Amino acid sequence: MTASTTRSAPTDAASREMTGAEIVVQALIDQGVSTLFGYPGGAVLPIYDALFQDNERNGDRLRHILVRHEQGATHAAEGYARSTGKPGVVLVTSGPGATNAITGIVDALMDSIPMVVFTGQVPTHLIGTDAFQEADTVGITRACTKHNYLVKDVADLPRIIHEAFHIATSGRPGPVLIDIPKDVQFSKGVYQTPDEVSFSHGYAPRTKGDAGKIAEAARMIAKARRPIFYTGGGVINAGPKASESLRAFAAMTGAPVTSTLMGLGAFPAADPAWLGMLGMHGTFEANHAMHDCDVMICVGARFDDRVTGRLDAFSPNSKKIHIDIDASSINKNVRVDIGIVGDAGSVLDDLIAAWKAEGLTANRNALDDWWRQIDGWRARQCLSFRTNDTTIKPQQAIDRLYALTKDRDTYITTEVGQHQMWAAQHYRFQEPNRWMTSGGLGTMGYGMPAAIGVQLAHPGSLVIDIAGEASIQMCIQELSTAIQYDLPIKIFILNNEWMGMVRQWQELLHGQRYSHSYSESLPDFVKLAEAYGAVGIRCSDPAELDAKILEMIDSPRPVVFDCRVEKNENCLPMIPSGKAHNEMILPEDGADIGSVIDDAGRRLV
Amino acid sequence: MTTDPQPASAYDLSHVDETENLATFALLVDNEAGVLHRVVGLFAARGYNIESLTVAETDRKAHTSRITIVTRGAPHVLDQIEAQLSKVISVRRVHDVTRDPRGIERELALVKVRGTGTDRVEALRVSDIFRAKVVDTTSESFVFEITGAPSKIDSFVDLMRPLGLVELSRTGVLSIERGAEGM
Repeated sequence: MTASTTRSAPTDAASREMTGAEIVVQALIDQGVSTLFGYPGGAVLPIYDALFQDNERNGDRLRHILVRHEQGATHAAEGYARSTGKPGVVLVTSGPGATNAITGIVDALMDSIPMVVFTGQVPTHLIGTDAFQEADTVGITRACTKHNYLVKDVADLPRIIHEAFHIATSGRPGPVLIDIPKDVQFSKGVYQTPDEVSFSHGYAPRTKGDAGKIAEAARMIAKARRPIFYTGGGVINAGPKASESLRAFAAMTGAPVTSTLMGLGAFPAADPAWLGMLGMHGTFEANHAMHDCDVMICVGARFDDRVTGRLDAFSPNSKKIHIDIDASSINKNVRVDIGIVGDAGSVLDDLIAAWKAEGLTANRNALDDWWRQIDGWRARQCLSFRTNDTTIKPQQAIDRLYALTKDRDTYITTEVGQHQMWAAQHYRFQEPNRWMTSGGLGTMGYGMPAAIGVQLAHPGSLVIDIAGEASIQMCIQELSTAIQYDLPIKIFILNNEWMGMVRQWQELLHGQRYSHSYSESLPDFVKLAEAYGAVGIRCSDPAELDAKILEMIDSPRPVVFDCRVEKNENCLPMIPSGKAHNEMILPEDGADIGSVIDDAGRRLV
Repeated sequence: MTTDPQPASAYDLSHVDETENLATFALLVDNEAGVLHRVVGLFAARGYNIESLTVAETDRKAHTSRITIVTRGAPHVLDQIEAQLSKVISVRRVHDVTRDPRGIERELALVKVRGTGTDRVEALRVSDIFRAKVVDTTSESFVFEITGAPSKIDSFVDLMRPLGLVELSRTGVLSIERGAEGM
């Protein structure tokens, strides 16, 4: 096959006959994929060969990024997807290749990230014989994918790939896995374009909300005296236009806006109506407003336990409107009064239209009282912290990082733990798709590979992984990937020598018995960075913090920033286990958090 | 449904006992490898009960199978089961048979009874009342085939127990709607 026949869509069956491996490459091109993340192995060698040949003929139109561990490939794909709205694509081998990818697949499922994962499989005739590097990949991943396929006939391959992209990216996005036995990669079949295949499933997600319910919701919001928007990752997934619609509708209603961890950036933190994040480590004002509101408008969030706290005390006196593209999210954890199944952006647009059509206006007098009440909660300044001349406070580090990067084109990823919550609290996101974090699954090791994915999608931007010294070691090998592809990601480690969130919970619940939560035998992160070929910076003096952050930002190379912070700081405010939104621990209570949680609360997660 | 208490979660300390109902769901699914696992795995992963399950291909040309699954749960759990099942890509249609007044449910059982003398005569007499068929007999045993609503089979089995019930095999519930329309 020549370059010209590959580029111009061939029409006759003979020229469209290709091997399964070539079909994979052609289908990726036709799906608009330009970057994929992977790691070769025996059962995917034909696809790697087809990639090699395509790169020889057509240059880098399909760029493969070689990671150092398959988990890294999946998180990189997630970062790529979350920052672009396009699906992340992963290619790994059978057996351990597939099993190593599973953490990232579950992560994508929990956080609704569009992802298509290709796994090699042993040849069809060896399936079920416990062959070398055989694992029942579709069996293992059935519970952790939106859908998955084992391709037994090359004739099905084009249809399956195009269908997989459709399923991964539409409705509630999620990971779809395609397991391709090696003999299917070698056998010849006829390629079909996305327009030529007909899908075999009855999959047709609903995106347009019910007009009657939307009108009813609009009237309920107009009548509200204490309304609040509680928004989530669904707004981000609905595209940048949905964030604009949210801003427009919030302005029309005059209601305050809070968001889940996954939804940060959909509403600008600079807007006066922004209350900050809600939930376990949310702000005092957001949680109190949620508790006391009379109409709650939940857009693309799912009443997760980190958000609701104790369910029987969750916003007890409110009418609840829930907009979600996944019908099974509605009434799952919290019973709502109006459930609207649809795309967040589409439903918000329809709400705006209904608001205008019915000539609705907000109750300004009631809203003035509501805002006065909210200002009272805000006056507690729940995120305040005290700095000193000797040690850097972790909140201070995030605060300065924000101040020094806010006027740049910046993307933030995180690992999981205290640093993640501090980042969510103190980094003020103004735009969607700028914040990549592992919310549902809470995967340590997510941040650096995710940053790699983001940097590949946005080569000229500043991409920072806010990390902890424990989390960063879970996928530290991907530093080598960043070096190989010249990706100037910045890894900003809040190093307190503890698995901080574990220690905080041990302090809360287990009588300060710090079982295995101290980060023993830490590497020298500066030398580690240098060993990989990156730049290492260490800072422990508050006076030097700004200069060193600027040094990091200005470096054209990957940087590991070892920021030594106060070791005993806890992440507050916090809703302790088993408590309601209006029973938060504030920083001023923080000295003795060991006595806050009762026996029943101790049993919870 | 709004009168039900909130469902349990990691944060709910009060495990309120709610009235659980039996429910039968009829599913039309794509007949492909692993589809039963998708359905059964969903029940296992989310902690739903399976009381009975039947599955067979029903339309070779359309490549579809029908799964009938009997479960138990509070009303909001049953709603959630229906929503979760509808989300499975290979599931084409979900029908809550129990809440449909037009739903018909039937089950078939094979019942082996061993006995002689009056017990044997009584077993045969009861089987006649229930319109069970004798599909095998020896001088000291019968195998009955009985169809009907699950409750009818339960009563039949209860009556057979003192008469020498040896073994019971049930298909699980099958269902269909009354009227001319298909699912």
